[in-house]
Amino acid sequence: MSTVIVNDVRRGFYLDSVALMRFSRTISGLDGVEEAALMMGTPANREIMSDAGLLDDAGRAAEGGDLIIGIRAENKSSAERALAESKALLDQPTARDAEGVAWHPRTLRAALKQEPDASLALISVPGDFAIAEARKAIRRGLHAMIFSDNVDVQEEASLKQEARDLGLLVMGPDCGTAIVNGTPLAFANRVSRGGVGIVGASGTGTQEVSCLISQYGGGISHAIGVGGRDLAPEVGAISTLMAIDALDDDPATEHIVLVSKPPESDVAMSVLSRIGKSTKPVTICFIGAGEMQMPANAAQVFTLKDAARSALALGTDAVENAGAATIEVPKGRGRVSGLFSGGTLCAEAQVIFAAAGEDVTSNAPVPGVPKTDKGSEGHILLDLGADEYTRGKPHPMIDPSVRDEAMIEALKEKSVGVILADIVIGFGAHDDPAGHFAKLLQENATDICPAIVASVTGTEEDPQVRSSQIAKLEAVGVHVAPTNADAARWALSTMRARG
Amino acid sequence: MKQIDEANQEALRRMLSGDPVLVDVVPAAQAIPALKDRMILHAGPPVTWERMCGPMRGAVMGIAVFEGWANDLEAAAALASDGAFELHPNHHFDAVGPMTGMTTLSQSVMVVENRTFGNRAYCTINEGLGKVMRFGGNDEEVLERLAWLRDVLGPAMGEALRAGDGLPLKNLIARGLSMGDEMHQRNVACSGLTLRELSPALAATSSSTEDLSKALAFIGGNDQFFLNIAMAMGKAVMDPVRDIDGSSLVTAMSRNGTDFGIRVSGTGDQWFTAPVEMPEGLYFPGFTEDDANPDMGDSTIVETVGLGGFAMGAAPAVAGFVGAGAASDAANYTRTMGEITIGENPEWTIPALDYLGVPSGIDIRLVVETGLAPTINTGIAHKEPGVGQVGAGVVRAPMACFTQALEAFAESVGVS
Amino acid sequence: MSETKIKSLLEKPVKVVNVGLEGFSRELEQQGVRVVQVDWVPPAGGDPKLADLLSKLGT
Repeated sequence: MSTVIVNDVRRGFYLDSVALMRFSRTISGLDGVEEAALMMGTPANREIMSDAGLLDDAGRAAEGGDLIIGIRAENKSSAERALAESKALLDQPTARDAEGVAWHPRTLRAALKQEPDASLALISVPGDFAIAEARKAIRRGLHAMIFSDNVDVQEEASLKQEARDLGLLVMGPDCGTAIVNGTPLAFANRVSRGGVGIVGASGTGTQEVSCLISQYGGGISHAIGVGGRDLAPEVGAISTLMAIDALDDDPATEHIVLVSKPPESDVAMSVLSRIGKSTKPVTICFIGAGEMQMPANAAQVFTLKDAARSALALGTDAVENAGAATIEVPKGRGRVSGLFSGGTLCAEAQVIFAAAGEDVTSNAPVPGVPKTDKGSEGHILLDLGADEYTRGKPHPMIDPSVRDEAMIEALKEKSVGVILADIVIGFGAHDDPAGHFAKLLQENATDICPAIVASVTGTEEDPQVRSSQIAKLEAVGVHVAPTNADAARWALSTMRARG
Repeated sequence: MKQIDEANQEALRRMLSGDPVLVDVVPAAQAIPALKDRMILHAGPPVTWERMCGPMRGAVMGIAVFEGWANDLEAAAALASDGAFELHPNHHFDAVGPMTGMTTLSQSVMVVENRTFGNRAYCTINEGLGKVMRFGGNDEEVLERLAWLRDVLGPAMGEALRAGDGLPLKNLIARGLSMGDEMHQRNVACSGLTLRELSPALAATSSSTEDLSKALAFIGGNDQFFLNIAMAMGKAVMDPVRDIDGSSLVTAMSRNGTDFGIRVSGTGDQWFTAPVEMPEGLYFPGFTEDDANPDMGDSTIVETVGLGGFAMGAAPAVAGFVGAGAASDAANYTRTMGEITIGENPEWTIPALDYLGVPSGIDIRLVVETGLAPTINTGIAHKEPGVGQVGAGVVRAPMACFTQALEAFAESVGVS
Repeated sequence: MSETKIKSLLEKPVKVVNVGLEGFSRELEQQGVRVVQVDWVPPAGGDPKLADLLSKLGT
């Protein structure tokens, strides 16, 4: 029996990729369907669908503004049923409000007619279009937060220059997290208000630091995201410097925390020199960087946990190791398999492993850690939000099932003694990532399983509620550490205690 | 580009400052001296007999008999296919016509003068519902009514209008909007207001109570009587907006049942055409979309000026009638058209939308950018000549008209 | 001037125009933040040639 491929193309029909991925998953799960995808017909998407064996001539002829339904099924009737179901999903009515059908403008221009004093544009359109939308926003006097990634770095630089000349802040591209005047934007947590201002080139880094500050009894004035490449030489830290200016000037901010990947030396120099001029104490966490010369008012820390502690003048390098003693690991298994949804959380774990002199590799290595390859035998810490895992798929923080396959593999792998994972909650994230994680563990449990060590980035005030997420994990035997850094240390000390 | 924005602001200024007044009703030959014997003006962009749809052919045949150019319909068809008639768009002669839009020399046309700019525009008198020439009707009953319009009602209206200072239309339409008209599919209020305004002068100038009674009954019995006045008004308001260098505003939209055409101020008199689409709508009992003729008529001048589908928010009843959704959806049509227009008309406001002015000044750049084509409220003609109206609905202007226009416009301002 | 605009962003209640993922709008609304959702579609239906013309002509 041969498989059947059915394509249907809707011309000029746009839906955002998150909605489409959800539909794709629903359709793929139907009886008799081998694989299915609903995607906009951009060249990149057509290639993905073609590689997946989902494209026929109709789909191949589609254009960027067209939506392609691609279905590969066991037989014709299954394919047709799936196609009908796909169309039904696309046609389901949008929400109605009390005044009838909800009306949304299609353009920023029309939106500003509706809300003339809007202050910020939050942009999450596909990367090819993000800069153009951001330009429209700044030219109409709005600050911009660009969630989208896959944006050309030169375009980013020229956008930020234009915005700087206009006195406007551009957060991003690839800015996942910001908290502006108490309002969490995109992927952010509901944290306490307080005197610590964060400038973050890393989304999950900002989330972990802001949540820990809140957990330790402090609070956040603002968390300004700048995007993962703001400190790259092409961009020259334009937004970072503007954010430092703003926080320096902000009466609510008493202490500034800067979280970023290690910048190149020129950029580091200009950022550190600006920090040196600040009258406020500053904590700097260039995650993965070695020790650097700091201005008098600045302290360098090496983990996100210590960034939070330093901002509150708590002692750093504290290890809450009590939980580690109870962890049991099957005999003869010496590896830690780290499966992270947060890129900076993965980086923080690497820093801790590397500092302990462990043999560790990663697909997204920090300086000093080798890249994982087929021959890698030590601990492997994977960032599952990296491009190679998210091409054509949602980010694991939105859809935790992206981690499932790697989890199942790690559970079966006889050399793995500990699986190390992060659970990130808050706005934007999946509504029950711990529940998903726990269910997966239960369904794939075997007699001899690796120990599972995890942490939950979030707060009690988040919609998912941190304590209830922890309870769900502990109920299935997951060892939940208070922070991501502690989770990494628990995993290490457990392996060492055995060894 | 600054040049474009400035040109568009000038275009909008002209559009909003227009002062249309219904001043007269006269024979078409008098109003349009260039309209000669055996010339037939039709709706939409240029179209040949060969490419004409059924209803428009039916109307051509009927009007040829009416004008005495042929003894019967069959002979008229033969003459038409031999090229015996000169066919031109109404728009090329300062005129507009609904559906098939037949205008020939002996018909009465209403004259709307734009007092701000001094230009005039013309449209025939609305024939009422049922079997009528604008839907391709051409039998004896249709031709008799046309003769009565020409010989009785037209002259009577002309005399009544000339007796006064004409009927100013801007305010009348503003009142109509507040009474639930959008001037394309619903003209009940404005038709009534017009009758109220004209009756005293009609009575004062009439020499026959029988003719007067028939005239009043005809106007009073036709809910769409005002449509043709609104069309001439739209044409009179939009014509001064033509030919502004660098303006990307639409000055005319119109269809001939085969093609949809638009004109843009900065590209002059060039038509940008694409095949017309089928309206989506509701059908009178006994008819289905299989009976429907594609979109037709110059009446889209009403949308061009900011009414019709653009003013749907004023006319929730129309939203239901044309199958556009619930009455509560009507406002969304108007808001959506706000995305493709550069301004609002402060004199034509919609009470239910907090006195939002109707969206005015269709910018082809915004149409192409948003992918939102103008929404048009329209009657649906039967595809066979002579049957008449079979439904009403909503149709979108084809996007291809706007993309072509954008490319030509870009060239006109030196952008490629 | 630069400081004033950013200062005002940090000190006034944030009002957002959300261009893209509708979920962000819903979450902001639930928190009582003023937000207008833009149902964004690719300009000119994703046609790169027309989009390029439009960007030159400006809107």
